[in-house]
Amino acid sequence: MDAPRKSKPCLSGVGLTKVFGLGRRTTVAVDHVDFEFREGEVISIVGESGSGKTTLAKMLLGLINPTEGEVYFQGQKRDISSHRKRQEYWKNIQAIFQDPFSAYNIFNKIDTVLLDCIHMRGGRGLPRAKKIELMTEACGFVNLKFEEMTNKYPFELSGGQMQRLMIARIFLLKPKILLADEPTSMIDACSRATILDYLMKLRDEVGMTLIFITHDIGLAYYVSDTVYIMEHGRFVESGTADRVILHPQEPYTKRLISDVPKIYEEWDLSTV
Amino acid sequence: MGKVVLDVKGLTTKYITRFREDVYAVDHVSLQVEEGKSLGIAGESGCGKSTLALSLMGYYFPPLHYMSGEIVIDGRNITGMKPDDVRKSILGTEIAYIPQAAMNALNPTRRIINFIEDVVLAHDPTENKKFIYDLARASFETLGLPADVLHKYPVELSGGMKQRTVIAVSVILRPKVLIADEPSSALDVTSQKMVIKMLKNLMETGFIKSMIFITHELPLLYNVTDDIMVMYAGQIVEQATARQAVFDPLHPYSKGLMGSIIVPESGLRDVKLTAIPGAPPNLKKPPMGCRFAERCKYVRAECRVMAIPLYEVGGGRAYRCILSEETLREAYGRAA
Repeated sequence: MDAPRKSKPCLSGVGLTKVFGLGRRTTVAVDHVDFEFREGEVISIVGESGSGKTTLAKMLLGLINPTEGEVYFQGQKRDISSHRKRQEYWKNIQAIFQDPFSAYNIFNKIDTVLLDCIHMRGGRGLPRAKKIELMTEACGFVNLKFEEMTNKYPFELSGGQMQRLMIARIFLLKPKILLADEPTSMIDACSRATILDYLMKLRDEVGMTLIFITHDIGLAYYVSDTVYIMEHGRFVESGTADRVILHPQEPYTKRLISDVPKIYEEWDLSTV
Repeated sequence: MGKVVLDVKGLTTKYITRFREDVYAVDHVSLQVEEGKSLGIAGESGCGKSTLALSLMGYYFPPLHYMSGEIVIDGRNITGMKPDDVRKSILGTEIAYIPQAAMNALNPTRRIINFIEDVVLAHDPTENKKFIYDLARASFETLGLPADVLHKYPVELSGGMKQRTVIAVSVILRPKVLIADEPSSALDVTSQKMVIKMLKNLMETGFIKSMIFITHELPLLYNVTDDIMVMYAGQIVEQATARQAVFDPLHPYSKGLMGSIIVPESGLRDVKLTAIPGAPPNLKKPPMGCRFAERCKYVRAECRVMAIPLYEVGGGRAYRCILSEETLREAYGRAA
């Protein structure tokens, strides 16, 4: 149905499942999902609240262990059994979360936040001047001034500045995969365009795979190559953005898309 | 022209910070809402949308202070009333307000019906419980909410249901004007649609006469309201019908806002999103001239020195820019 994709697989999952709870009172959050994300793609995982999007994201990041199934990273079975291996894995996959206010250690200055990123990429031995140069470059990328950021604590910044600083971190880390979990749902529509702009620019610069986890169907349509629609822990539909969003096949996708307010088409309120 | 339900003239309110600095968050705002109409207020975070909503109720408590202007609801002037009198005789009966996190307004330890009793008794302590129950039941049924919600605790309801319950409770005394401040931004698309449908239903079934809807989601505003008012740095920068505001914005700021609209419709994927560079001005020291001058693409020398009035174009349309309609439309590359 969709045109064959050329690039190598980057992250894939086979029968990935997460069950919460014990005994008879269990909840299946993610139910045997299979996927294959290719290198350099922009992927969106769209679903309503409670569909298991964030649980899936946490499994991809290795923050929680899957109940069943395997994650393959660059064709190899992912191994995060020890702390050292986990650290190695996190050099390749990084995340931006919904709430920038709780994403920082409140006791660390912004310099420390950025220096940690440089150290993680093996830059511990670099001279001080070189480190400052790198930090200035990263801040400049997201239109922040390093001179204004240095010696400050995260709470002294606004929400938009914090989210941009998150992107500056990713710029320093240059991971292979960036997972953005609702990166724009806490900020207003106008700043949303700015954040998306930086993320796409970063992707072009670093050449990474970008995974958006979102309930904003408009956003998924604008940014992504491939869209996965998630309902009750299962992928119900997937394909190119144009195919899934403009010509949905599944009733669930059709309903979800009809619920988004439109501008050029009539928005039918009678369907709820 | 219909009967004017809410008439606001030159309303100015300020915050006094703890360093005794004045921040004029609402600056000479005038607006009129007719019976059966809804008005949308759009703008970035921090441009004064929510402060305007609070100011419209006439219920001021520090750090928000009333400065000047007049608020008339259905012929009744409420300016200068004591906060206590406002709470007892205005809120809920003349004007009602739904805040963004409305669902947190419910008391987790009490059933919904007890909450409704509190609301009604605060306005008329002589009402009996049977009457309140019948009123609540009738209201819930008209609004399409199941009546058994009345006997439930807030924790038993989903987020969307809680939000709709709060809306139903806030209109139980049939207020004339309802102010909804981002009522759906914490909800997913399906619950959002239910909330919107309910709000539209309120006007049709006569629960409220008119509505003010505040949000930064422009596609939503376009679908819900008749008119749109764009605010920037405490001032109105554009007033127009919803259609004009989205497809033919005049003020450069409104134009910028419309450039950030994302909707999943065919052919829009390749349209470049445009963000407005920079940040809104600090209102402790507002700029002397146009407040948008720093971020405006079409800025001229006189913009920075001259305070710009709101130009009326006719047909209820107004904008705050020194450039003429034709110049602006030409700059946006659009035929008049």
